[in-house]
Amino acid sequence: MSAQYKMIRCNINGRDVEKMVDVRASLTDMLRNEYHLTSVKKGCEVGECGACTVLIDGETFNSCIYLAIWAEGKHIVTLEGLLGAEGELSDIQQAFIDETAIQCGFCTPGFILTAREILDADRMFTDDELRKLLSGHLCRCTGYENIFRAVKKAMYRRQGREIDF
Amino acid sequence: MYDIKAIYEAESVEDAVRLRLAHPEAQIIAGGSDVLVQIREGRRAGKELISIYGIDSLRGVCLDEEGSLRIGSLTSFSHITRDPLVQKHCAVLGEAVDQIGSPQIRNIGTIGGNTCNGVTSADSASTLHAWEAVVELTGIHGRRLVPIHDFYIKAGTVDIRAEEGEIETAILIPRKSYEDTFGHYIKYGMRNAMEIATLGCSVNVRLSKDKSTIERCRIAFGVAGPVPMRAPSAEAVANGQKPTRDLAEAFSLAVLEDINPRDSWRAAKNFRKHIAVEMAKRALTESVKRAGGELL
Ligand SMILES: Cc1cc2nc3c(=O)[nH]c(=O)nc-3n(C[C@H](O)[C@H](O)[C@H](O)COP(=O)(O)OP(=O)(O)OC[C@H]3O[C@@H](n4cnc5c(N)ncnc54)[C@H](O)[C@@H]3O)c2cc1C
Ligand code: FES
Ligand code: FES
Repeated sequence: MSAQYKMIRCNINGRDVEKMVDVRASLTDMLRNEYHLTSVKKGCEVGECGACTVLIDGETFNSCIYLAIWAEGKHIVTLEGLLGAEGELSDIQQAFIDETAIQCGFCTPGFILTAREILDADRMFTDDELRKLLSGHLCRCTGYENIFRAVKKAMYRRQGREIDF
Repeated sequence: MYDIKAIYEAESVEDAVRLRLAHPEAQIIAGGSDVLVQIREGRRAGKELISIYGIDSLRGVCLDEEGSLRIGSLTSFSHITRDPLVQKHCAVLGEAVDQIGSPQIRNIGTIGGNTCNGVTSADSASTLHAWEAVVELTGIHGRRLVPIHDFYIKAGTVDIRAEEGEIETAILIPRKSYEDTFGHYIKYGMRNAMEIATLGCSVNVRLSKDKSTIERCRIAFGVAGPVPMRAPSAEAVANGQKPTRDLAEAFSLAVLEDINPRDSWRAAKNFRKHIAVEMAKRALTESVKRAGGELL
């Protein structure tokens, strides 16, 4: 086809932005190529691994199977958006470090954004519920256990409770 | 970058109908969790698309004038599961779609896509059959209502008249279908997440006031044939009977008269038949329990 472009206005990590975007682009393409937000990883690109996960209006989506043109008017958060004003890490990022929930790091940004949605629900989940909520991500390194502990720990902290692994 | 020839964005249902008539070759894309994956695979590469994802009026659940539960075609699975009206009148539908893919897939996937794809393993399909849902289509001649059973023509093909500009606009569950009715869905898969059903079974019952009789029992399967299907022989065994263990046994064996599963790499025909009987029994037992009864 002859290239078809469209102006896409949205809010990314708290900033209102706009760019001309190729209508064939996925949201992953737009975030990486136009905005250089390279925490958004390309894993499978068919919705199975969760490496490309971002928050759109507070819900997690696989940005690889989300058209960039659908981002019009949306609030998008990527891992870069979790950094504090002074570059400090968010609670969930620190928990991942503390629990050694990261090895190669490829799955980490996606997991952390899903964890963010879980924490923002502001309630306790059971272990089974947490496992189900985290099931949209594949990790080829850690074996998941430390990731699970990091999310659980951050959830307990937010609820002002002591962790009892 | 996706291999898309051109994309037209509909802003309203009328707009979608007009675009369909203007671009007869173009295919509808809703949440895209089937369509975009198929473009990547090459199966749908190089096509024109009409995106209906931006039509917000097709999102949400309400009770219509006749008291039917009305689910807009673009409502995502996670929103269906969380919806108070669904929880009250047809909780099993929310539970069924909560077993789809992963949390992210449940945020993007729509009930419209899960029915219009005509797929027998679609996790909403057996429950929609068991609750005698009605599909609402809107085209150039206005609204057309089709019972879900008639909507499925063959594997991958449903009764949508593209030449009349039709799109699916809602799924309706009539009041007489959900009143005093309780159900249960079982998905059999090799793992709990990211797995297409090897077999899906949805049962629901309405018991008499004193809970002594099954007034109405309905059961439907996914992956027991090329399209989702009811099991009328099994229903006939249970209707009007006392809920007993013997009845559950007879009911579950009767499904074998109705279903016609196939051998596939996922599972053998005989294995599917074997689990169909067990799933029917368990789903009936749980449905009776949820309706306030007990198998004697
Ligand atoms: C990783 C992954 C896991 C999955 N797991 C499951 C699973 O466990 N269970 C399951 O059932 N499905 C699963 N799916 C499949 C998919 O998510 C569902 O079928 C979903 O319901 C499709 O909805 P959609 O809005 O994304 O549809 P789309 O991809 O946009 O469309 C699907 C089809 O329906 C047509 N269509 C959609 N909406 C309309 C409408 N309103 N009017 C007319 N035509 C329309 C389209 O033209 C297309 O042919 C999975 C998909 C992925 C990528
Ligand atoms: S890259 Fe998007 S889910 Fe794998
Ligand atoms: S840390 Fe390597 S894939 Fe998860």
